[in-house]
Amino acid sequence: MSKVQASAETRDITLVEAVNMALHRAMADDDNVVVLGEDIATNGGVFRATVGLKEAFGFKRVMDTPLAENLIAGTAIGMATQGLRPVAEFQFMGFIYAGMEQVISHAARMRNRTRGRLHCPLVFRAPFGGGIHAPEHHSESTEALFAHIPGLRVVIPSSPQRAYRLLLADIRNPDPVIFLEPKRIYRAVTQSVKDNGEALPLDTSFTLREGDDVTLITWGACVQETLQAADKLAEQGVSCEVIDVATVSPLDRETLLCSVAKTGRAVIVHEACRNGGVGAEVAASIAEGAFLDLQAPVVRVTGYDTIMPYYRNEQYYLPQVEDIIGAVEQVIAL
Amino acid sequence: MRQIHEFQVDSTRYLDDHGKPLGELPLQAENTDRVLAAYRNMVLTRTFDSKAIALQRTGKCGTYPSVLGHEVVGTAIGQSMAKSDVFVPYYRDQASHILRGVSLTELLLYWGGDERGSAWKNCPEDLPISVPIATQCCHAVGVAAAMKIRDQSRAVVCCIGDGGTSKGDFLESINLAGAWHLPVVFMVINNQWAISTPRSLQSGAETIAQKAISAGLPGHIVDGNDYFATVEALDTAVERAHSGKGATVIEAVTYRLGDHTTADDATRYRTAEDLKRAWEKDGIKRLQNWLHDRGLWSPDKEKALQAECKQTVEKAVESYLATEAEPPTAMLDYLFESLPAALQQQREQIADRYQGGRG
Repeated sequence: MSKVQASAETRDITLVEAVNMALHRAMADDDNVVVLGEDIATNGGVFRATVGLKEAFGFKRVMDTPLAENLIAGTAIGMATQGLRPVAEFQFMGFIYAGMEQVISHAARMRNRTRGRLHCPLVFRAPFGGGIHAPEHHSESTEALFAHIPGLRVVIPSSPQRAYRLLLADIRNPDPVIFLEPKRIYRAVTQSVKDNGEALPLDTSFTLREGDDVTLITWGACVQETLQAADKLAEQGVSCEVIDVATVSPLDRETLLCSVAKTGRAVIVHEACRNGGVGAEVAASIAEGAFLDLQAPVVRVTGYDTIMPYYRNEQYYLPQVEDIIGAVEQVIAL
Repeated sequence: MRQIHEFQVDSTRYLDDHGKPLGELPLQAENTDRVLAAYRNMVLTRTFDSKAIALQRTGKCGTYPSVLGHEVVGTAIGQSMAKSDVFVPYYRDQASHILRGVSLTELLLYWGGDERGSAWKNCPEDLPISVPIATQCCHAVGVAAAMKIRDQSRAVVCCIGDGGTSKGDFLESINLAGAWHLPVVFMVINNQWAISTPRSLQSGAETIAQKAISAGLPGHIVDGNDYFATVEALDTAVERAHSGKGATVIEAVTYRLGDHTTADDATRYRTAEDLKRAWEKDGIKRLQNWLHDRGLWSPDKEKALQAECKQTVEKAVESYLATEAEPPTAMLDYLFESLPAALQQQREQIADRYQGGRG
């Protein structure tokens, strides 16, 4: 991470405030950036991610849409083919599926289909993940559905600074990006974020902590539990390297493989269910690219292969700090 | 009880099945150059269509959707649009594409399995052919919203079939066009068939045009084989969009005279009598008769036009057949603006594996 310098522009903010700050910055920098979605203008979004945008930039660029996710996705695509840079909010990831045909059949392939004549510089934002005691369909982690689609980028921030800087990168990117915001940590942590318009690179994983004994690979809200597990393991003398994958597609395999080559052990942590998850792609990449460096089998700590339970039982589904510690102890023992 | 709203849907035709005026013709009929250009485009489209089917039958083109019966509607669309407007097609719009500037070679490349068939050089803002039914309607309102955001006096014309109007995409899009007052024309080409499913099974609504009412938009029906009725309705709707007065839905009633595609066999689900009746209403013949009656056409002119169209098509076919396939690495080269590092290895693999051809 860059060094944070105190300035008038620097504030201690939450992740959702960082999203808001990035949207303000992007809209101020480029008239082509427009924002659309359900309840995002006057209400400022159900999580308040878009609060203040309508007042700052007007209804023309900050649009409340009818309640139709498929329409939101397709409208953003049409806007993007005209050179606008729409940032469309889906209120919850669990409601994005109505727009999947637009995402898969059009946003992801417009550039390829027209041999570069038209393209889709757009961002589809959605809060995702469990842990906030929300109703059914409000706790999904289905990033793997999008990671499977060629032509899409899938980007997941895990801190206020990365939310600000990755969202700016997404909006400036000339191709479609699915930006999934881990709502469990929307307000759980604050961080100083400098509103200087600096973006982070996409397609790059971030090594949050260097270590020698085991590589912990994760993204989204699970970064918090993974860092906590690494703290506790350090007390036991186990040195963990912690990597925030950040762009889950396309994967930055090089960073992952270099780390595993060094530590010889890998534990993958994600909230989504295990079967066909992004963790499986990470594990397969390690098997293909670093098998001979491995001193123990790759272990995954994930949600179970079942429907996300309603909130009374969601803590039993979500990976916990002790689950991660247990997995590390398992691979270290070998 | 208090009546809140009542609606009516008008239906327009100017020529009978034989091309005889049913009454006074609209002003469009006086623009002889435009009418002759329309007729030429209809003939060219039909000539192209039969050639494309022949290419498919002889293994030189992939599955192809015949445009037979849509030539009048498609030509009227192309003529009603300004160059700076944006066309949002479905997949049976050959007549419109030709007038928009898409080359016949590009059309053949698209159906012949080559992505360059959508790299249209002469109408760079038109959206590509949309195979997933009705999805293009959402793009149309997005393009129209972009025009409105930028205060441009431009319009979008979006095509959809009768089957497509059963999908949410259409209903969601006309709904947004009404709510946001967008400069878009939805052209529903009701050709009576969605592959084998007849219009009567798509909806219990008496007309498709009346669906516009639910979105707060005007809905009109035109005889889609009547050039004058169709082009007049489009001219009016496009002008309405240009002048900021909002969206229109037009239902053009026509008939799909061919199979759904070359992979279909329409004799399985419709009778020869039905088809024969539909041919009697053919819009090209109708316009040709009218041109004759007006003294604007002759057997010699027809012969010359047929020869010219045949030659134009043959030239395009030659150019299509002479176009070499892209190198296999092209499959990755347009996925993103620049290829992510993660995909570099796969590109190299393709390049190595297929060096010197596809052995």
